[in-house]
Amino acid sequence: MSNLNPQPAHSSCETCPIHHAAGLKKLGVDMENWDYVVALAGNPNTGKSTVFNALTGLRQHTGNWPGKTVTRAEGGMVYAGSRYKLVDLPGTYSLLASSVDEEVARDFILFGQPDVTLVVVDATRLQRNLNLALQVLEITDRVVVCLNLMDEARRHGLQVDERRLARDLGVPVVPTAARSEEGLPELLQAIHEVATGATVCKPYRVQSEPAALKQTVSRLAMQIEAAFPGLPNARWVALRLLDGDERIAEAVRKGELGDLTRARTPEETSAVPVPVGLDS
Amino acid sequence: MMNTPMPATIPSSLPEDVLAQAQTMRRSLGYDFHEQYVEAVYTDAARIADRAVVLTDKPRFDWDRTIDRLVTSRIWGFPLMLLLFTLVFWITISGANVPSAMLATLLVDVIHPALRDGAAAIGLPWWLSGFFIDGMYLTTAWVVSVMLPPMAIFFPMFTLLEDFGYLPRVAFNLDGMFKKAGAHGKQALSMMMGYGCNAAGVVATRIIDSPRERLIAIITNNFSLCNGRWPTQIILASLFIGALVPAHLAGIISALAVVGIALLGVLLTFLVSWALSRTLLKGEVSTFSLELPPYRPPRFWKTLYTSIIDRTLIVLWRAVVFALPAGAVIWLVSNIHVGGTSVAEHVIGFLDPFGMLLGMSGIILLAYVVAIPANEIVVPTILMLTVLVTGLHDAGAGAGILFEPESEGTLRPLLDAGGWTLLTAVNVMLFSLVHNPCSTTIYTIYKETGSARWTTVAALLPVVMGFGLTFFVAQIWRLFG
Repeated sequence: MSNLNPQPAHSSCETCPIHHAAGLKKLGVDMENWDYVVALAGNPNTGKSTVFNALTGLRQHTGNWPGKTVTRAEGGMVYAGSRYKLVDLPGTYSLLASSVDEEVARDFILFGQPDVTLVVVDATRLQRNLNLALQVLEITDRVVVCLNLMDEARRHGLQVDERRLARDLGVPVVPTAARSEEGLPELLQAIHEVATGATVCKPYRVQSEPAALKQTVSRLAMQIEAAFPGLPNARWVALRLLDGDERIAEAVRKGELGDLTRARTPEETSAVPVPVGLDS
Repeated sequence: MMNTPMPATIPSSLPEDVLAQAQTMRRSLGYDFHEQYVEAVYTDAARIADRAVVLTDKPRFDWDRTIDRLVTSRIWGFPLMLLLFTLVFWITISGANVPSAMLATLLVDVIHPALRDGAAAIGLPWWLSGFFIDGMYLTTAWVVSVMLPPMAIFFPMFTLLEDFGYLPRVAFNLDGMFKKAGAHGKQALSMMMGYGCNAAGVVATRIIDSPRERLIAIITNNFSLCNGRWPTQIILASLFIGALVPAHLAGIISALAVVGIALLGVLLTFLVSWALSRTLLKGEVSTFSLELPPYRPPRFWKTLYTSIIDRTLIVLWRAVVFALPAGAVIWLVSNIHVGGTSVAEHVIGFLDPFGMLLGMSGIILLAYVVAIPANEIVVPTILMLTVLVTGLHDAGAGAGILFEPESEGTLRPLLDAGGWTLLTAVNVMLFSLVHNPCSTTIYTIYKETGSARWTTVAALLPVVMGFGLTFFVAQIWRLFG
């Protein structure tokens, strides 16, 4: 990321990283040769599609009801000189893969290894939305939380302390009202910093499990780490195996997990299929 | 990541050992592992959320809850729903008449003769100007003037309701009935999508996880009137049913007629779902939770803009794309003669007895065949074919032209000349609701189900039902009429 501005004028605005937002180029469906992949996850009806549209300039139909987005949408943008591919995942309440939607979202976040996973949460229903965010944080540590619908939260007399939330979750939290594009420059900057590695997240991991469970998970996770050195989410894989998740067991068996231990090449990301519903 | 003390044993590093170890651990953990973990997530989420959220001032009055109590109430839910939809159609119908007539006057009465004069002036052969101007242009002109005004009024209003958050409440109201019909409650949502476009509605059934319930939703989605069929209903209701009552009541009565047809669609959805879930698609009803989203004030201008650009113009464009070749086909079958009569007249003559039995006509049935690619062009095709058969065409310039200088540019005289009665209008409205899905939807059903068998069921079931329904209505009507 470069803060150098070729123009002679040096107002404080232009040296501020947020100034890049003015240079946001919405690429719509043109997303060849991207540098970074951003996955959008979130509960249904939190304005994920609105955020997606605002960033890519696409006009994917949005609607005020859960389950509106059933097909995956992809779009592109250029920010601060980097080309981003955005993937809008189906809205889910959890990633424990009890439905097709959850499996689609989960598989993309795990096997697609997006550079950033943007979790869009509804500021007016924070607790329920955090259930999903915490599950995402178990899988990947490259997360930005978009605290959306702040306009509604204000209307309902709610105040959300985003700094405290960011500290607790260990990832950047950006309050937005995507409908009126409020907070989008800051959001872009946060995404960019996590993508480039300028911000390193220390994601919160669930810790209220009963002690016995916690210990079992840790033991299995250690064994998994031994089998797949460098795996970023051994604890989560252990949780899934203990839950009898066949898809993850298969990934262990076939060595797919081993592929996650090194950085993937752009060709490999494009090869990760995102199954859509029952279509495939 | 790991902060619990580790046992001293060095774990083996083979994937198979990992799985074996996991198996052993699973058995020792017991069945409530999943619940324990989910509970831990919930506990942590609650703690973090509590720390971050401060309630500054409690709103004096909770609008959301008050509105929800009303629109999802057992007593008021359904009447309010009917009232709201009737209002939407009433505004559409009373608003669309004037611009529709103006567009028809401009495109059909002014531009069309001008084009023909122009063609004659440069000496274009009659068949060439006939093919392009009387066939392709004129059908398109009818499509635009008939379809555009109702769509431009109806779609923005429907989108506003959607953005406001009303549709999930409708789904909530209907949920219990879907359950009783042995179908999935989420079918209410795919049904709502079907009111825009059945192909989109079929895709939307992906939110239903059980294959059995998803098939029911796919097969019955066709009973949601789609973009292409709303205008047909609106036009026929205002031409024939509104005309039955004094002028000041015409709008509201026509609107009620359209609501009646839409309700019949809902009723058929329940009946067919019920029948399927007890015969071909037996099984358990799954449960799900439906979240009622907060009401959000729609951004009026943005909604207006996107619904006109994204919905109205796209649907209109699709109609025009299908109208152009359809116009060409209509002109050709009207002007290619076999044994002294045109191909169209042969087909119509052949279909007529059957059409009469159904209280419709050969022309209407032929129009439905021509319009398989797009329901949008049913009415324009009927008009074009009617002109051909009733001989209301400009003599000497070939048949199949919808140009009649003496008429006022209104549709009713034309349809009357084609032998239409109130029964015809009612049955065409019914048949428009209950007939095969358009080819796009059929293709989508095939893609989504991957089964030729279920695609055939979804395509043929409504046609057979439509024949039965119109036949039944025609017989009763004639018995008492």
